[in-house]
Amino acid sequence: MTTVSKTVELNMGPQHPSTHGVLRVVLELDGERVVKATPVIGYLHTGIEKTMESKLYYKALPATDRMDYLSPMSNNLGFCLAVEKLMDIEIPEKVKWVRVCLAELTRIKSHLAWVGTHALDLGAMSMLLYAFRERESIIDVYEACSGQRMMSSYIRIGGLAQELPEDFDKLVRKVIKQVAQGIKDYEDLLTNNEIFINRTKNVAVISAADALDYSLSGPMLRGSGVNYDVRKANPYSGYEYFDFEIPLGKNGDAYDRYLIRLEEMRQSLRIIQQTIDGMPEGPYRAHLPGIVLPPKEDVLYKMESMIFHFKIITEGFKAPCGGVYQAIEAPKGELGFYIQGDGTNKPNRVRVRPPSFINLASLPKLVEGRLFSDVVCAIGSIDIVLGEVDR
Amino acid sequence: MEDKIREFLNSRFADALIKEDNFRDQQSFHIKPECLVDICQALMDDADLKIKYLSDITSLDWLGHEQEKDGRFEVVYNLYSLDHRYRFFIKVRLPDDKPRIQSLTSLWSGANWMEREVYDLMGIEFEGHPDLTKILTPDELEGYPLRKDFPLTWEQPAFSWNKDDPPEVVK
Amino acid sequence: MGLEEKIPDSIILTTLDKMVNWARKRSMWPFGFGLACCAIEMISTFAAHFDLARYGMEVMRPSPRQADLMIVAGRVSMKMAPVVRTLYEQMPNPKWVISMGACASCGGVFNNYAILQGVDRIIPVDIYVPGCPPRPEQLMDGILKLQQKVEKESLKDKREEWGRSA
Ligand code: SF4
Repeated sequence: MTTVSKTVELNMGPQHPSTHGVLRVVLELDGERVVKATPVIGYLHTGIEKTMESKLYYKALPATDRMDYLSPMSNNLGFCLAVEKLMDIEIPEKVKWVRVCLAELTRIKSHLAWVGTHALDLGAMSMLLYAFRERESIIDVYEACSGQRMMSSYIRIGGLAQELPEDFDKLVRKVIKQVAQGIKDYEDLLTNNEIFINRTKNVAVISAADALDYSLSGPMLRGSGVNYDVRKANPYSGYEYFDFEIPLGKNGDAYDRYLIRLEEMRQSLRIIQQTIDGMPEGPYRAHLPGIVLPPKEDVLYKMESMIFHFKIITEGFKAPCGGVYQAIEAPKGELGFYIQGDGTNKPNRVRVRPPSFINLASLPKLVEGRLFSDVVCAIGSIDIVLGEVDR
Repeated sequence: MEDKIREFLNSRFADALIKEDNFRDQQSFHIKPECLVDICQALMDDADLKIKYLSDITSLDWLGHEQEKDGRFEVVYNLYSLDHRYRFFIKVRLPDDKPRIQSLTSLWSGANWMEREVYDLMGIEFEGHPDLTKILTPDELEGYPLRKDFPLTWEQPAFSWNKDDPPEVVK
Repeated sequence: MGLEEKIPDSIILTTLDKMVNWARKRSMWPFGFGLACCAIEMISTFAAHFDLARYGMEVMRPSPRQADLMIVAGRVSMKMAPVVRTLYEQMPNPKWVISMGACASCGGVFNNYAILQGVDRIIPVDIYVPGCPPRPEQLMDGILKLQQKVEKESLKDKREEWGRSA
């Protein structure tokens, strides 16, 4: 008897419930085995980089929220740090602490959404409901700070949008308590869950050498045991003040990445606790007339502040001719902003180094020769957000 | 670290190095396009430097700026050394007419998508790339959106609302 | 003495329109697909805290063939537009569309080459929900408004409408 080997082409997406948005993957299958996977992206291409280049530095900020919409504050932070580097602005101490606190809350928020949707992909519906319950408490902090649930744009160039709300402390402490309990619950539900382990252990494996070859970052890279976290490697915004650890994986599989993300949430809680306990006093915005907007209270009563306010809003500020790159450790990996000033009040180029885009490029490698059902797990474990992949 | 790299480049690729600059503590080396792959390979293999991580590839368009005299397009390679925790940039300038450069996919698989994106949005061609096709924009879109002469608000494909009345070009 | 009193208790009088609309309104099956940031708020709306199940529409259908409400949650890019149109055409009649968020309604903050300036250029929209992203309460309000709209529809109009488009 002769067998004829024939492959089937299967199209997944762009509308597919488990691909986290509008990702399309064209699979070449030999029975259940994946011969080749080709991700097709661009279904959410928004032209964000071009839009930002057409705006004043201040006005480009809200577009950053809409890239990785699961972690808006990290994007704000990255962009603001890059512009601050370009303009050589010194930031008040308190602002740094608040930013770290918010960035870590954002990391938890993003990982929560990840844990919920990833478990949902693998068939654990209830995880989504639990994770989103905890996520709501973080959204409450967002809302108290900025008035918006998701697109906060709270971190601004030179500081924050406004003074912290009075009950900030209380809200954040509530988050710490609730999320700590939540993580315990997830551990009980998933970590030793037979089905979950079978679906994720030794699935979507990538070795350390390959991970570097594909320029991966974030939990994808650390899952393979490479110790690279921008917070430790090149500290920014005062991360050097805080005490935390970087969890590393061994096998580079989906299960390790899951453990890493859970541990990262715990470490984030530690950092948040430190920021809340030791928050210094000070202004919420740098005092730099002509570059940083004066506080709103002053604008209403002081002539000078009003003039500066008016000038910045209408004309912006002129940036020097030079390019800066600022990387931060976003929940998904190394998020970088390359901003090229050209002597005018608009950037010549704003380039975002999108961690999920670059991580997604490794998908063909992750699923090659694996079973079809592993593809869903692999996509989930990369933790992509299409808004950032396509921009 | 920058001294080491400078020394290294000067000793092995002295005539490839055009200039260097340091802006806000970030070191960039401007090199001749034809030496790119050799330089990257050498940086990667060097036992001391060990530049093994390609962080990003991006491109700029200097149309209408005084910088245009050195070549309209600039491709920026963002390299990182994990051992030394050090980041620096390699920049090359390309002419307005048919910008082409060698692909880095032979050294890093990760360069594949980054180069495709640059090709798609800026129209720079990479020689030796295994699959240089559009990645983000729809197939029917003509032109390269990130170039400065591409209007921001121009809708090209089927649902166009402004094809009779082209909008002014927003820089 | 009116006619009403002559009719036995076990009989309810109504028009066919009303009855059908009542049934349709109470079991609307949304088509679960998200495009961008608004989709996250849509998930929040369905999740524990806001719990859309209270209004009888928690049955998310992953296939357009089984759904009758399309919530366009997020910006529609030029590349995605033909896909959205195809999905809409695959839904069986009767079908309704909610355009959720500023982007889906009018392009939002992205007035550029890549984004469709309003999903109503390619499919008919019944309810627009403003906001960037709309709060879950807003989306719920939109859905309740849609229910009110469905209540007032008439089968005759619908039939004529479909007859034209067929
Ligand atoms: S309206 Fe706002 S939140 Fe919704 S898709 Fe558009 S940018 Fe995102």
